[in-house]
Amino acid sequence: MGTINISKKYTAREKAYIPAILIGMKITMKRFIQGFFFRKHDTIMYPEAKRDYSQRFRGMHFISVDKNKTENCTACFLCETICPADCIHIVADERDEDENPYGVKKEKKPISFDIDSLRCCFCGFCEEACPKDAIKLSRNYELAVSSREEAIYDLDHLKRDVKGRG
Amino acid sequence: MEFFDVAQLLAKILIVVGAALGVVPVMVWFERRGAAWMQGRVGPNRVGPFGLLQPLADVIKFIFKEDFTPRNANKFYYYLAPMMALIAPLCALSVIPFGSKAIIDGHEVILQIATMDSGVIFILAFAGLEVYPIILAGWASKNKYSVLGALRGSSQIVSYEISMGLSLLSMLVVYGSFNPHDMVAWQASKYWGVLVNPFGALVFWISIFAETNRLPFDLPEGESELVAGYHLEYGAMKFALFFMAEYVAMIMASALIATLFFGGYALLPGMQTLIDLIGAQFAFGEVGLQNTKALFEFLSICSKIAFFMFMFVWIRWTLPRFRFDQLMDLGWKILFPLSLINLVIVTIAVYYFNS
Repeated sequence: MGTINISKKYTAREKAYIPAILIGMKITMKRFIQGFFFRKHDTIMYPEAKRDYSQRFRGMHFISVDKNKTENCTACFLCETICPADCIHIVADERDEDENPYGVKKEKKPISFDIDSLRCCFCGFCEEACPKDAIKLSRNYELAVSSREEAIYDLDHLKRDVKGRG
Repeated sequence: MEFFDVAQLLAKILIVVGAALGVVPVMVWFERRGAAWMQGRVGPNRVGPFGLLQPLADVIKFIFKEDFTPRNANKFYYYLAPMMALIAPLCALSVIPFGSKAIIDGHEVILQIATMDSGVIFILAFAGLEVYPIILAGWASKNKYSVLGALRGSSQIVSYEISMGLSLLSMLVVYGSFNPHDMVAWQASKYWGVLVNPFGALVFWISIFAETNRLPFDLPEGESELVAGYHLEYGAMKFALFFMAEYVAMIMASALIATLFFGGYALLPGMQTLIDLIGAQFAFGEVGLQNTKALFEFLSICSKIAFFMFMFVWIRWTLPRFRFDQLMDLGWKILFPLSLINLVIVTIAVYYFNS
């Protein structure tokens, strides 16, 4: 019970081994010619070319801004509340009247908006919770930093110019 | 010895050693690029045009790496092993003829470093020496993986040396000479050895894969189970020496199989007409013709060696590694009896045709 014999009887052709070698060599030669003469390759030449991820890919965060470079965030704390990793830290403040020339009144603003990307699990809950579509996740996947401090994204970094969804 | 003799000898040594060591970086580059092409990748392409300077960058890295010696290693043998690994195949190259003869300043120069009648035996002796650096390296570095790799390497090389020697012996019976020049002359006047004894050529070809520790027989190095095998404890330039030795051994093996079975430096079809054309064009005398012929003979053996080097790379990226018992089965139960039978058949055939 329990033992399954998966060994199989090899045909004379398979035992001779040489035909199989020749088939294999034919395949590698075909690939070699494709690569050598026709420069066919599946490699993405990374720093120059980048992998095209889906529109729904969740990468580095950003905060959308209006025409006046004012962030859409109203410091409602919904994202900070829903964040399962506790990585968003907002300090709210009142916004000046003259900062709102477009009629839409934003009474509050964040004076600091930190996202600790080392804690972040990129679940996208903040994006879904946000009533103003302010916080979003871009398609930028190059998250490498050279120090821990750089991994904590502050408001200036989040308000950077992101085209489309990055 | 006269001045001319010494000068021509030194020049020949310079050419052969320079060519052998100069081919190594090109082969390293080709191995990596070729592998990439066969696998649909790109390979090293950043350093220099087409990545050609990548081996140079590797060498710089090797030179500046820490020269580390394990504490419990046997220092003498530990340092001796990489040297021997490179010296043995380089010595064996000295009896490979790379042309018949050139005439320089009225002197005949035989295009072979060491002219000796027992040339093939000399090559075999130094090919046999290739087992020592593996054992020394594995044993002296006091590491279990290294010892296992050395055990595998030595048993593999010793086993395959037998079938290699037997297929070589069958060719010696055919040519009736140990001298590589006689062998090439025989092949040039009749047919290539591979046509006379195709099975011997196949066995010899399989055996040199085992002798040079190339895939599918690279069990001494077996990355997946032995980390790196016998050269696990070697770093920096000492590892680079092992690395170079592998490629020099490949060149040596390719030159040997080209000389024994594929006509050596004998002119390829069409080359003689080309020589006649060039001779007629520039109105060469006998000396000029002979030197042109020597040049084309050099090209001939170089192209053959290049072909076999390509085969090494091609096979490497086609076949997976054998299991060790399969390797031994192939060596002792298949190749050994078959090459023995082949030797008997060839001997009878030679006796029959000569009488």
